[in-house]
Amino acid sequence: MTVYIIRRVLQLIPVLLGVSILVFSLMHLTPGNPAQLMAGESAPPDTIEQIEESLGLNDPLPVQYWDYISGVVQGDLGTSMRYNTPVADEVWPKFKVTLELSIYSTILSIFMGLLAGIISAVRQYSISDITIMIIALFGLSMPNFWLGLMLIQWFAVNLGWFPPTGWEGPSSIVLPVISLGTAGAAIIARMTRSSMLDVISQDYIRTARAKGVKKRVIIYKHALKNALIPVVTVAGLQFGALLAGAVLTESVFAINGMGRLLVDSIIQRDFPVVQACILIIAVVFVVVNLIVDISYKFLNKRIDLND
Amino acid sequence: MSQETILEVNDLRTSFFVEGNEVKAVDGVTFDVPKGKTLGIVGESGSGKSISALSILQLIDSPGKIVGGEINFKGDNLLKYNDNQMRKIRGNQISMIFQEPMTSLNPVYTVGQQLREALKIHRGLGKEAGTEKAVELLELVGIPSPRSRVTQYPFELSGGMRQRVMIAMALACDPELLVADEPTTALDVTIQAQILELLKELQDEFDMSIIMITHDLGVVAETCDYVAVMYCGKVVEYADVNTLFKNPRHPYTVGLLNSLPRSDVDQEELEPIHGTVPAPHEMPVGCRFAPRCPFATDLCHEKLPDLEDIGDEEQVRCWIYTDEWDGDPEVKVYEPEARTTKDQ
Amino acid sequence: MSQKQELLKINNLKQYFPIKGGILGRTVNHVKAVDDISFNIYEGETVSLVGESGCGKSTTGRAILRLDDPTDGTVEFDGQDLLSMSKKEMRDMRKDLQIIFQDPYASLNPRMTVRQTLNEAMEIQKVIPQDERNEKIAELMETVGLQPHQVDRFPHEFSGGQRQRIGIARALSVNPKLIVCDEAVSALDVSIQAQVLNLLKKFQNEMNLTYLFIAHDLGVVRHISDRIIVMYLGKIVEMGDTKSIFENPQHPYTKALLSAIPVPDPEKKTDRIFLQGDVPSPMDPPKGCRFHTRCPFATEKCAEETPELRNEDYMQDGHVAACHYMKDIEAGVHQPTKDTSAVRG
Repeated sequence: MTVYIIRRVLQLIPVLLGVSILVFSLMHLTPGNPAQLMAGESAPPDTIEQIEESLGLNDPLPVQYWDYISGVVQGDLGTSMRYNTPVADEVWPKFKVTLELSIYSTILSIFMGLLAGIISAVRQYSISDITIMIIALFGLSMPNFWLGLMLIQWFAVNLGWFPPTGWEGPSSIVLPVISLGTAGAAIIARMTRSSMLDVISQDYIRTARAKGVKKRVIIYKHALKNALIPVVTVAGLQFGALLAGAVLTESVFAINGMGRLLVDSIIQRDFPVVQACILIIAVVFVVVNLIVDISYKFLNKRIDLND
Repeated sequence: MSQETILEVNDLRTSFFVEGNEVKAVDGVTFDVPKGKTLGIVGESGSGKSISALSILQLIDSPGKIVGGEINFKGDNLLKYNDNQMRKIRGNQISMIFQEPMTSLNPVYTVGQQLREALKIHRGLGKEAGTEKAVELLELVGIPSPRSRVTQYPFELSGGMRQRVMIAMALACDPELLVADEPTTALDVTIQAQILELLKELQDEFDMSIIMITHDLGVVAETCDYVAVMYCGKVVEYADVNTLFKNPRHPYTVGLLNSLPRSDVDQEELEPIHGTVPAPHEMPVGCRFAPRCPFATDLCHEKLPDLEDIGDEEQVRCWIYTDEWDGDPEVKVYEPEARTTKDQ
Repeated sequence: MSQKQELLKINNLKQYFPIKGGILGRTVNHVKAVDDISFNIYEGETVSLVGESGCGKSTTGRAILRLDDPTDGTVEFDGQDLLSMSKKEMRDMRKDLQIIFQDPYASLNPRMTVRQTLNEAMEIQKVIPQDERNEKIAELMETVGLQPHQVDRFPHEFSGGQRQRIGIARALSVNPKLIVCDEAVSALDVSIQAQVLNLLKKFQNEMNLTYLFIAHDLGVVRHISDRIIVMYLGKIVEMGDTKSIFENPQHPYTKALLSAIPVPDPEKKTDRIFLQGDVPSPMDPPKGCRFHTRCPFATEKCAEETPELRNEDYMQDGHVAACHYMKDIEAGVHQPTKDTSAVRG
């Protein structure tokens, strides 16, 4: 187990290096001179030169990359071109908001998805199964910004139960989390259903029944633990996608999160911030995947350490 | 029947309902299991032998359903039991082992956890007492260093070891009847020999009755006291094991014996049964075996014979042994010398 | 018997499969599935490879057909070295070398009718001219006992036994010299199995076919084989004529294996030799004789020296076994060192 985790962590290094190179090249692949872009179309040449000098843009590329990566490792993500403040100060508070939103949404997805999926599987072809699967289909096909708008219309404007916008206090969290978590819940519900149906037909479930185990215990003890393996994968991917894709929901609910920051920075060509956002998202994605893989091992000891 | 029986199955019917059609997998099966003895149920794929076994413990899943008959266990009809009562029987008075040891144990729980489960349900044993009993059971079934095995996962054990664990699990609550569904089919022959011998020893030790479901006539000859031969959802012959092998009555039983390649004698030529098992939706109206039977007459094709007593403990479902037989009255279904064998 | 012509000659065949592991995922070990085996098959005979799971019998069959490329050794077929052939040469060679698998359903294309399947086989090998193919297909259908009108049906419309007949028809369609039957009748019910076995025997007589039969059912093996090769953990432990192997087995493993078969005669009681434990892992096979960990007769010598296949003067010609003590055991001089009557050791 320890060897496995060490190996997986070591494997992260080349992945992260690759990501950092990609992110770094962003700045150099975009057409035009970054210094020019920063200073504006009409800036005088010596201002541009000054900026180039201060950013080290005249150094050879490997040197620039080294400067960049050693900065990143020390927590220095560069300086925002827009605000002229350290990027870290700009990104962290917003990252925390988005992270919270993603975590709550994922928890909602997993909880609702598992519950609905299990009910569906256990009562295959029943009215509740069909209803759940129809709702899941809707949840899957509804764009989350639209769902967000509808939720605001009903529960904030018409009923006044929750505030329509913002990210302050527990009540403001409810609507964005529902709007962001629904699609995930639908995916997990469908995944859980098919995975449970597969597991329920396995020989060891029959063995458990032949032992006189209660149906409820068979479902939650014998079947669920086996059925969770593919579900965990989906939940992990879902979390990564939420983190990167929360931008629309953040806009709809006027939440000051990283999604909005990223879009704003792209529009403003604030490259250091863009780089930092992408890097953080990539790192979180990779780490979540690692956690998913490790949790496989906990769910099923049989999964080969070497794969 | 002269001796005490532990289980009487009467006219059991189990069907599968697929797309509005009824497939009669078990179509009026009747047999007795004498106490402390082994009944073999032998037949080829599609004969309904496994479905019969699963029906005893009511482990038939949708779209399958037991549609009729009686399963009398020590005088009580199990088919009248509700789910709660049935659960108290399963794994307790009647337990079952299955064909695939590789997939019949839950991969995510340890051997100990799985062994303790039945002990907790039926005996109320806690973790510690359960573990002690689990170690004892593993020792009973001949697993070396049982104490270290309880914390292992199924994937850490070989197929033979897993089947021993399955047997240990089945024996946890001293069952009176063990249903073994092809318990050695997936195992190598030397491991099969170990497991069959183990079952025999345990049967003597605990005075257990066994139903042995198998397709292997060798396994039947070695382990069973009585045999029911099944074909297309029906029992076609029931006899004690010596009678069945020495004097088989039903043409299907004879066909099986004649088509079996044997390791103990030289054979010139095998005599296969012609044709194939009929598909469920084109089941013949008369005797199910008539289309493949070398002796079949018009009567056989038109009317289904009953399972009739023809001896003390012998039953056969064949027109040849009835007064209504319209074929050659001198017909010889089984001729030992015709089996072209040279015994050593 | 007339002069026997060698058709297949296997020399020092090895098939090792690498195992990856460790932090860097390097090859840390090998599964020695087949470890240095040699044998010959003569034209027109049936040789069976027997042994339990993991003994390497199926791997050997696959290596001969180059479905996996062997690690080492030579496979000579009809005087030509198969292992040094290019992919294209090997493809041409396959018309002489056919295989029938255990699961006929998995090896038939579900979207092709029988006619298409047979046509494709002949097309690839180009042994039968186009205009004669329909005639050949009709002839094959009749030979394997299928109705001519079934030729345009798909595999799922046939039963297991019939599908195995299609598999046989496909193998026969290119007039092969050798057919490897890898557990070809294992999945069939006995009544159908007997039909297929009789069919295989009939073709052998009519077309002078050679079979390499890979099977675990020793009843089938006794019935079909001329010679038998017994394998254990990647090595040949005994080899000889069927009758000689069954009536006079020499290697303790062969004896245990034969004694373990349940006999379909309740009045015949066999003295069973119960082997202790399981087959060791082929990743780390025991030193010396590979069977010594389970052998009732094993001594320290067995744990150190690997016995060679040899013939003793009291044995039939061509019957060889790899045991240090077979002569002493036969003479009753060497006694068992372990109890073999219990199954709960």
